[in-house]
Amino acid sequence: MSSNNDSISKTLIVVISLCLVCAIVVSTAAVQLRPTQQANKKLDSQVNILRSVGLLEGSAPAARIAELFGKHIETRLVNLQTGEIDANCDRACAEAFDYRKSLKEGRALAATDDVASIRRISERAPVYLTYDENRNLKAIVLPVHGYGLWSTMHAFLALETDGNTIIGLNYYEQGETPGLGGEIENPRWRAQFVGKQLTNDAGELALTILKPGNADPQSAYQVDGLSGATLTANGVQNTFTFWIGESGFGPFLTKVRQGALTNG
Amino acid sequence: MANAKEIKTVLFGPVFANNPIALQVLGICSALAVTTQMTTALVMCLALTFVTAFSNLFISTIRNHIPSSVRIIVQMTIIASLVIVVDQFLKAYAYDLSKQLSVFVGLIITNCIVMGRAEAYAMKSTPGMSFLDGIGNGLGYSVVLLVVAFIRELGGSGSVFGVQIMPLISEGGWYQPMGILLMPPSAFIIIAGFIWVLRTYRPEQVEKKA
Repeated sequence: MSSNNDSISKTLIVVISLCLVCAIVVSTAAVQLRPTQQANKKLDSQVNILRSVGLLEGSAPAARIAELFGKHIETRLVNLQTGEIDANCDRACAEAFDYRKSLKEGRALAATDDVASIRRISERAPVYLTYDENRNLKAIVLPVHGYGLWSTMHAFLALETDGNTIIGLNYYEQGETPGLGGEIENPRWRAQFVGKQLTNDAGELALTILKPGNADPQSAYQVDGLSGATLTANGVQNTFTFWIGESGFGPFLTKVRQGALTNG
Repeated sequence: MANAKEIKTVLFGPVFANNPIALQVLGICSALAVTTQMTTALVMCLALTFVTAFSNLFISTIRNHIPSSVRIIVQMTIIASLVIVVDQFLKAYAYDLSKQLSVFVGLIITNCIVMGRAEAYAMKSTPGMSFLDGIGNGLGYSVVLLVVAFIRELGGSGSVFGVQIMPLISEGGWYQPMGILLMPPSAFIIIAGFIWVLRTYRPEQVEKKA
């Protein structure tokens, strides 16, 4: 090793050329692989939506998923305050909508409204309208999220066209304690929600997550919590409270119950 | 090029005789985080072995031109670039796994094994030997990670590589999973156990009392 390695010019030459080479390698990899990565992301969210409405069990080849999604599911945007579907944004426009980005740019929630500790909410949110083969509306899938014990938990909530009966709840992204709160992803736990009602006859949120073992299986509103994960279960409850409420999908669901979607 | 015996020492020495985790206790942060499942552990091992081998190779290739005043930065640049490339590939071709590994692939950059081998071996040795040293240390890391992941996945979820071996009570079977094995501290206990067994078998690894 010669001593002129440490001269200023040699140092600069080595550092600059190394940076150039590394920058080219890294950016080539990033640019070349981006289309595949974005396709993966899209596919992943389609899989989770299909699972929440029960159109897909386990996994399937990418082509099959795209086909199922294209045939059954129509993405639309809902204005959360008015509860109306954005007529200016068709299916393609809604599919291109970046919800995570719009959440970051959305308005800050007042502490009293922010039941689910999500801090910000966007003006518009996507909903996924699910149709059967004869183009009859079968289900409405809503993206919901809320804070548990350690993490923001993301889920898709599938409702029947009455806007009240749960078809499925699919938690797909969370960082709760593995084996305890992480069990919200467990299909056996999520299965309890199927067929439950969100609100009672007075239109108030009635779905309650109780301490494990206390839920009455005959009740239309009670669900068992998770043992050892009280705070995570509270987070799930708060997620429901918020998203069914006025700041969340409340106005939209009211319109759904009045038949805004089914009456054309 | 070195003789066959030296190659063997460089390649397989780090597995048991000079294991980076068990003897040098380097790089255990990721050993705690990604070992709840065999699959994630295996992918992490492959990624780390790849990065260590190639960072050693490239650093060794240009070792005579690296100014000693900025050598750590040069090493970091090469390691970081390799890690980003690996991360991008995982996101493109193994999306589910990369979601589970999340931030830990990126954290290979700060894994002490990679830096340690670059600084301690690649700066002084030929490219070929450095490459083998990287693979060897990757193997040493992998052995520990896979042992830890095997115990944690089998005990904590009753499965191996996601295949259910012992049916859980919650799924209608008989096995009550040990929840602690899914928590990070259990990896400490298992690694300590691994070191204990290794040092009982090879007493020369026990540090002398002062």
